Amino acid sequence: MSVDLSAPAGRARMSPRRRARLSRGVQYVVLLAVLAVLLTTADWSAVGQTIFNPAAAGEILDRLPRAFYNTVRYTLAAFAVGLSLGTLLALMRLSSVAPYRWIATTYVEFFRGIPALLVVIAVAYAVPIAFGVSFTSIVAIAAIALGSVSAAYISETVRAGIEAVPKGQVEAARSLGMSHTRTMVQVVLPQAFRTVLPPLTNEVLLLTKDTSLLFIIGQTPAFFELTKVGRDALSTASGGLTGLFVIGACYLVITIPLGLVARRLERRTGGRA
Amino acid sequence: MSADSTSAGSTRPVVTIRDLRKSFGEREVLKGIDVQVHAGEVVCVIGPSGSGKSTLLRCVNLLEQPTSGTVELLGAEVTDPDVDIDRVRTHVGMVFQQFNLFSHRTVLDNCTMAQRTVLRRSRAEAERVALANLERVGLADRARAMPAQLSGGQQQRVAIARALSMDPQLMLFDEPTSALDPELVGDVLGVMRDLADAGMTMIVVTHEMAFAREVGDRVVFMDDGQVVEDGAASQVIGAPREERTRTFLQRVLDPTHRHDTARASGAPAQG
Ligand SMILES: Nc1ncnc2c1ncn2[C@@H]1O[C@H](COP(=O)(O)OP(=O)(O)OP(=O)(O)O)[C@@H](O)[C@H]1O
Ligand SMILES: [Mg+2]
Repeated sequence: MSVDLSAPAGRARMSPRRRARLSRGVQYVVLLAVLAVLLTTADWSAVGQTIFNPAAAGEILDRLPRAFYNTVRYTLAAFAVGLSLGTLLALMRLSSVAPYRWIATTYVEFFRGIPALLVVIAVAYAVPIAFGVSFTSIVAIAAIALGSVSAAYISETVRAGIEAVPKGQVEAARSLGMSHTRTMVQVVLPQAFRTVLPPLTNEVLLLTKDTSLLFIIGQTPAFFELTKVGRDALSTASGGLTGLFVIGACYLVITIPLGLVARRLERRTGGRA
Repeated sequence: MSADSTSAGSTRPVVTIRDLRKSFGEREVLKGIDVQVHAGEVVCVIGPSGSGKSTLLRCVNLLEQPTSGTVELLGAEVTDPDVDIDRVRTHVGMVFQQFNLFSHRTVLDNCTMAQRTVLRRSRAEAERVALANLERVGLADRARAMPAQLSGGQQQRVAIARALSMDPQLMLFDEPTSALDPELVGDVLGVMRDLADAGMTMIVVTHEMAFAREVGDRVVFMDDGQVVEDGAASQVIGAPREERTRTFLQRVLDPTHRHDTARASGAPAQG
């Protein structure tokens, strides 16, 4: 024992490890203090009345299954359109035909740049006027409006996935006599989708939340999705904001598992590639 | 033994390359190549890194578009825009340095995919052919494995089986053993030797001088986008006529330059 490493200089009396432990302890104390302040300053009787009112929650309970089902339905419809259109846009973006590239780029920049709410309104009210069609189902509006928006994001994701497929894969397929299209469908796209599965799962998560924008459209009760039910509960139910909390929990039931799936996929593909 | 599958005999030409030139931008990489390969011949292409060996091979099946000159493959002028190049490519197998197996499909699927979509063979027929070729490279028992589960040497043998499953009349090899651990090189070269013995027409870009000398009928030495020497394997490697060939061979074979003489690649491995 020649050197005492634990006391290097006179001023720093604490070892780095001990200092780290102390700082961690301080952080826990601060956290607990914040929590304590929140708990003691909140007006709990008011909270019980208007925010977490079990009686009020019971009032909207019967409308929840339908709303939950609609939210899922709108999400899936929008994702189906978003995925197909997004893939098409990605292929156009990578095409050797220049006008395809311009169209795809313009599309992506346009739909990424405007709020989804505007698109929902435009599809719900402007499209019927412009094209003389009328939507009988909110599913169609969800698919077109939210699908168009998510297609812009999905196309960027899919494009990155396609570009990440090694060039050698294409060359091997072409050298076996497979056409450009066959190579794309059988070799490139399957590998591209596998790498972008985590971000695509995330996209479903975002879409689930975006279906809340559909509340703005006038609907019949059969088409109500979660947010619409929550908003209506605000004006009718006696429990004040309770409805919103119930609705929020419903979204989490969908989005938390999706988030976990995305993270698991990420870990799986992150290991390889 | 059929007459046209015996070695070295100068029967019909399978590939005829005439005054082939290729530029990437300003840079001319192939500067007028003339090479002919006959049925059953094994031609090894050697030369320093960057001399254009890969580019030459890739021009044969049009993975690169030649700038000028002609490539005649099995009687078809592949550089002619009217020729169905996908059709021609089904007759030419190619094996890459990096194997390039389809990583999302099993070994068997790798070998059946193009048979089914391009040759329109039934699943049963395609699997029969694939398994026969996997057997030939000694990997029939790994048919259900994914490529990532195989060693490099096994992957390369699957790549050879995949190419053979299309019943090609010509096989192109671009440094098939350069990406392999030394102890795995022998298996792949063994498969290629069997293939040559069976009468396959082959063009092999390689740094394996022992293989070129023993299996190759002819050796083409390339340098700076030109064919410097083209002759019998024993002559080009054993008694090169050209000074440039001699210098190259000395560098590749000299143990003081490379610790591993026979497998020394005079160049850093690259795609
Ligand atoms: N796609 C490309 N674009 C631009 N330059 C290229 C391209 N492919 C090859 N080259 C250049 O052409 C030259 C010949 O390349 P090539 O790959 O044919 O050489 P090689 O003889 O196969 O070398 P190595 O032994 O290293 O594989 C090199 O200088 C290379 O940088
Ligand atoms: Mg090369």
